[in-house]
Amino acid sequence: MDGLNIPLNHILLVSTLLFSIGLLGLMIRRNIIFILMSLEVMLNAAALAFVAAGAHWGQPDGQIVFMLILSVAAAEVAVGLGLVLQVQRRFKTLDMDSADRMRG
Amino acid sequence: MLEIILFYIAASIALIATVLAMTRANAIHALIYLIVSLLAVAVIFFLIGAPFAAALEIVIYAGAIMVLFVFVIMMLNLGEEGDARERGLLQPKIWAGPTLLSLMLFAELLYMISTIEGPVSMQVVTAKDVGLALFGPYVLAVEIAAMLLLAGLVGSYHLGRRYLEREV
Repeated sequence: MDGLNIPLNHILLVSTLLFSIGLLGLMIRRNIIFILMSLEVMLNAAALAFVAAGAHWGQPDGQIVFMLILSVAAAEVAVGLGLVLQVQRRFKTLDMDSADRMRG
Repeated sequence: MLEIILFYIAASIALIATVLAMTRANAIHALIYLIVSLLAVAVIFFLIGAPFAAALEIVIYAGAIMVLFVFVIMMLNLGEEGDARERGLLQPKIWAGPTLLSLMLFAELLYMISTIEGPVSMQVVTAKDVGLALFGPYVLAVEIAAMLLLAGLVGSYHLGRRYLEREV
């Protein structure tokens, strides 16, 4: 029932590596724009795992979850970039460590 | 077994571009590498028999979401410093890396088009299958996604409107 000539393990490995790079970027970068980019990379890696699993069993479910992840990413980026503009206006910097107080 | 080689090339491009994106100092340079990474992931989608997901990846991720990033970096208004940076962008060492990686993806695409049978896997999940499942058993998920997008729209409008009002 394997609809795939590429081994599923290898695609999942690539997806894991992409997710790890995104997580590492999230932890080492302090610029809010880079933090949002890392989140995009991580969401994209998760989507790759879903589509690969869907292709492995020849079912459309993986691509449906991919579309849901896509809408989550779009909504997250819209709100996140609005927050970027607010942070830049309020603190005159994009460094997230400057915005670590709740009542700045 | 050619699609396995194509898959490894696309996967390495995706990983290299992502690492380079995460380690750039300049946000625009990182964005260009991130777009290359998304294009490589789209090639992987195509190779594993999900052409609809590949098209969505390019149109929505590499197209719409990355353009949002560009707009916001533009609105942050870098001034004269930005002009100097703009001149720096025309230096070959800035655009050589992303161009090289994109050209490799383009070569893969040309190869896939030229072999009409296509090195695509046997079992392709078409857009029709996805659509039938999406508006059949998954219709509740579509409603939830619609509410999520509405919430994102209202939230970003609220944040952005206050930004514009106080700036004037």
